[in-house]
Amino acid sequence: MSSERRGAEILIEALIDLGVEVVFGYPGGAVLPIYDAMFQQNRIRHILVRQEGGAVHAAEGYARSTGKPGVVLVTSGPGATNAVTGIADALMDSIPIVVITGQVPTSLIGTDAFQECDTIGITRHCTKHNYLVKDPAKLGDIVHEAFYLATSGRPGPVVIDLPKDVQVATARYSKPKSISHQAYRPQVDPDAARIEAAVEMLAAAERPILYTGGGIINSGPQASAALRELARLADVPVTSTLMGLGAFPASSPQWLGMLGMHGTYESNMAMNRADLILCLGARFDDRVTGRLDAFSPRSKKIHVDIDRSSINKNVRVDLPIVSDVGRAIEAMVALWKARKPRTHGLKRWWDEIDQWRAKRSLDFPPSTSEIMPQQAIRSLWEATKDRSPIISTEVGQHQMWAAQHFDFEAPNKWLTSGGLGTMGYGLPAAIGAQIGNPDALVIDIAGEASILMNIQEMSTAAQYRLPVKVFILNNQYMGMVRQWQELTYSSRYAESYTEALPDFVKLAEAYGWTGIRIEKPDDLDAGITAMLDHDGPVMVDCRVAQLANCFPMIPSGAAHTEMILQANEVSGEMDDEAKALV
Amino acid sequence: MRLKPELSERHTLSVLVDNEAGILARIAGLFSARGYNIESLTVADINEDESISRITIVTSGPPHVIEQIISQLERLVPVHKVTDLTALGPHIERELALIKVASTGEQRIEALRLADVYRARVVDATTSSFVFELTGGAEKIDKFIELMREVGLVEIARTGIVAIARGKEAA
Repeated sequence: MSSERRGAEILIEALIDLGVEVVFGYPGGAVLPIYDAMFQQNRIRHILVRQEGGAVHAAEGYARSTGKPGVVLVTSGPGATNAVTGIADALMDSIPIVVITGQVPTSLIGTDAFQECDTIGITRHCTKHNYLVKDPAKLGDIVHEAFYLATSGRPGPVVIDLPKDVQVATARYSKPKSISHQAYRPQVDPDAARIEAAVEMLAAAERPILYTGGGIINSGPQASAALRELARLADVPVTSTLMGLGAFPASSPQWLGMLGMHGTYESNMAMNRADLILCLGARFDDRVTGRLDAFSPRSKKIHVDIDRSSINKNVRVDLPIVSDVGRAIEAMVALWKARKPRTHGLKRWWDEIDQWRAKRSLDFPPSTSEIMPQQAIRSLWEATKDRSPIISTEVGQHQMWAAQHFDFEAPNKWLTSGGLGTMGYGLPAAIGAQIGNPDALVIDIAGEASILMNIQEMSTAAQYRLPVKVFILNNQYMGMVRQWQELTYSSRYAESYTEALPDFVKLAEAYGWTGIRIEKPDDLDAGITAMLDHDGPVMVDCRVAQLANCFPMIPSGAAHTEMILQANEVSGEMDDEAKALV
Repeated sequence: MRLKPELSERHTLSVLVDNEAGILARIAGLFSARGYNIESLTVADINEDESISRITIVTSGPPHVIEQIISQLERLVPVHKVTDLTALGPHIERELALIKVASTGEQRIEALRLADVYRARVVDATTSSFVFELTGGAEKIDKFIELMREVGLVEIARTGIVAIARGKEAA
């Protein structure tokens, strides 16, 4: 049995035992003992962000790009409340992070002490679980359990609130032999009979489609490999949610592109006309389904999800399978290989899909006078595709254009805030990804409005000499807001234009970055090359067509078949039912 | 534009949870965050070392919402088990109420007579008041309270519903 140590040292020791290499954080009064313990060791690297919100998004970017849990350390009160957006973001997108928050000493809890807030109360419903640690003897076990919860089952954020006196008080710590929880037991293995039923349904279907999501990324690279194998064996088309991009290679002829509100015509039409949807680690959210009563009306639906509460939440399914999605797909692959169950070909289905593809729904009007934002993304992809870049985004039009026009071949390369839709996510996420992947090319595709929400993190990148690239599609509008105002409110652009933007080139230089401005289509490729050639952080201010819209688009409350395509875009006023939808 | 209400049904759920700080806030907060109804909620620890509590929740909603409520409850880390007693079938629901009535003369006699009919016990009495203790289903208690309003009802305290499945098996 080891000797007694301070709570702060127990925390560090437990983090080391758990294989933690990096912590994103910001010091403050209620975490000084932990920072002092951190100072006296060299096993864990601390990355000092410029605002706690940045620490959480950095941890998310680290987690999403490495597959390892991200760790955050912030102080009490404002430190914890600044972290809340990122915690809620991680919950929505199922990102494994552990957030350690300082708290005022236990004797002061509830007295409205300096920098006190009810962190446990505030984060209770935006975490997978949270803990207030009152006894240093329990701290070690709680830290191990927190990592187990964050990374197992459906991953998510876990908060450990650690009062300052518990950081100083001493206790014994030993690494727990194994972690199990009496009540929490995620079901990771699929029911064999249901896998058999799923394979039979897939084999019998004449118009099947695989609808994949972020669960496949969470499940690990082997799940992506299994998905590719299943798609190949069954010769089925594959579409994906925003969060699932990269699980299936965009270069595959079986790839239909993203589905949903800004998905391709072919993927949404195929979902609508399918006779079987095999949903793998996605959750039928409103951005995907459109109007629920018109969603894929003639299909049987199989839903594989590790979270039982995702099943039948929005859409009734015929065959639910609660399981780790990777294991379920592997089981289907094994059974398919053993049985070779398909007796018919899918030529008619593929012919139909080819007709939808012929619409070329991602085409956009070319311009020689202005840079089209879609073209900027295409050019960026062309220039970087051989380097397998990690792309993060902020939230808005640029995010959707990136999802549509940047082709991903592998998982863990695409970092975006899908569920919560958090502007300001991309830069800190890129920083986290660069820390976790020092040799990778990491690019934040940004909008000029979003980037300003966590602009202070440029200073973090400068401090750690991180060569992240920020590629801003600058149209001076909160573009997605403006687009909705154009389509829904007769172009009344309430507060969506930014009157005063910084000079991003000078801003970059002020932070010790390199700044590049691209203003003309002819300069696009050279500007991108200059960005890539610079071995350090670069901010590109790419001035794009101000009023370009992101199409195709399924308006809120519309069916998959009611897509607005680029060719027939409409401005106007929508009725109140449509206005009430998100 | 008008908002449309949905048809709902009443379900009694029995939830076994770790008896830890904040568990009630976790459960109650889940209901408010996701817009579920709570008609009644009771909680008490039920095992020897007081480490496990049973929470009995009476809720209402359309069937797909009830299914979601159960799944969402099961998703909470400290929740061991959720049983939908209504879906399970035969089960017993009981509630205890303390009812204070102040009256004199004929009304006082009538209150006592009605209490006898409903098998309510007198647990406190003064020359001008009674406190009745009544156990039973919620409907019986509602009915008794309604009658007491006519004979001098002063105040009511109710426990909320506790419930358990019939038969020898644990639900």
